[in-house]
Amino acid sequence: MLDVAVVRFPGSNSDFDALRAAEAVGARSYFVWHRDTDLRGADVVILPGGFSYGDHLRAGAIARFSPVMQAVQRHAAEGGAVLGICNGFQILCEAHLLPGALMRNAGLHFVSKPVDVIVERNDTPFTSAFEVGTRLRLPVAHGDGRYLAADDTLRMLEAEGRVVLRYVAETEGSPWQPNPNGSAAHIAGIMNAAGNVVGLMPHPERADDPVLGLADGRGFFTSMAAWQAQPSTGKARTR
Amino acid sequence: MTYRVHVRVMPRAGLLDPQGQAVEHALSTLGFAEAAGVRVGRAIDLQVAAPTRADAEARARQMCDKLLANPVTEDYLLQIEES
Repeated sequence: MLDVAVVRFPGSNSDFDALRAAEAVGARSYFVWHRDTDLRGADVVILPGGFSYGDHLRAGAIARFSPVMQAVQRHAAEGGAVLGICNGFQILCEAHLLPGALMRNAGLHFVSKPVDVIVERNDTPFTSAFEVGTRLRLPVAHGDGRYLAADDTLRMLEAEGRVVLRYVAETEGSPWQPNPNGSAAHIAGIMNAAGNVVGLMPHPERADDPVLGLADGRGFFTSMAAWQAQPSTGKARTR
Repeated sequence: MTYRVHVRVMPRAGLLDPQGQAVEHALSTLGFAEAAGVRVGRAIDLQVAAPTRADAEARARQMCDKLLANPVTEDYLLQIEES
């Protein structure tokens, strides 16, 4: 059984979506409060979208110091899977679990709309359901989504193939060509060196069922289940 | 001794600062066409209890490096005075 812990910070707002999307693929998913220090045997930890701590100082800057983040750091160091979505991606960067930072959108507008992204890695716990090169349509909803890193970090990410999702340059109807927020190298999602920690700006948990209008996000959750079922990962990793 | 620390956090030079651009455009619209190079940052004031000014500055720098500024995207300046 896939156990998915969804961390709730004050100001999280995609927590229920993430919980439900994990349940929809048969996972046992549950909330973990930001003051908790126990992830209760989670295989996968999701840091959901939202505006933790009101985005005070910088998006994700305060959430990084929540007690639960020490447990998330340990979980990641032991090879557990961690997915940061939107604000969760910002938190992972602030916590140095992923390199770089997410800055104010180049167009200054809060952007909330579907965008097209290309899957560039399918050997992560979250993207194995896709072929490399698959084009997905997923919603974004953020004001601070412009990925930026030092030039040598960007070169390293490209050299090591650590871009997981990239905005399609010609996203239909986008006023912010060639991507919705001005991200460096059109980056929409990256992973850590080991591939078990992934951060993305688009929201797969809001797009996992045709009734929602978009269903491409479901693959991120079926991927988690497949990853957990492998003998070398998931619970077999620690138990 | 208590020191008053003024921290000035600015987007790193050379990085796109869309807020600064928007403010510059607004100034131009208001008739201040001579305004150029507008950048928008953040000011943080705090008091630091420390035995010496150098200690206060060293602690304040640690605060900036760990929390108040993001080393990837921002630079900071410190100004310290006895309070």
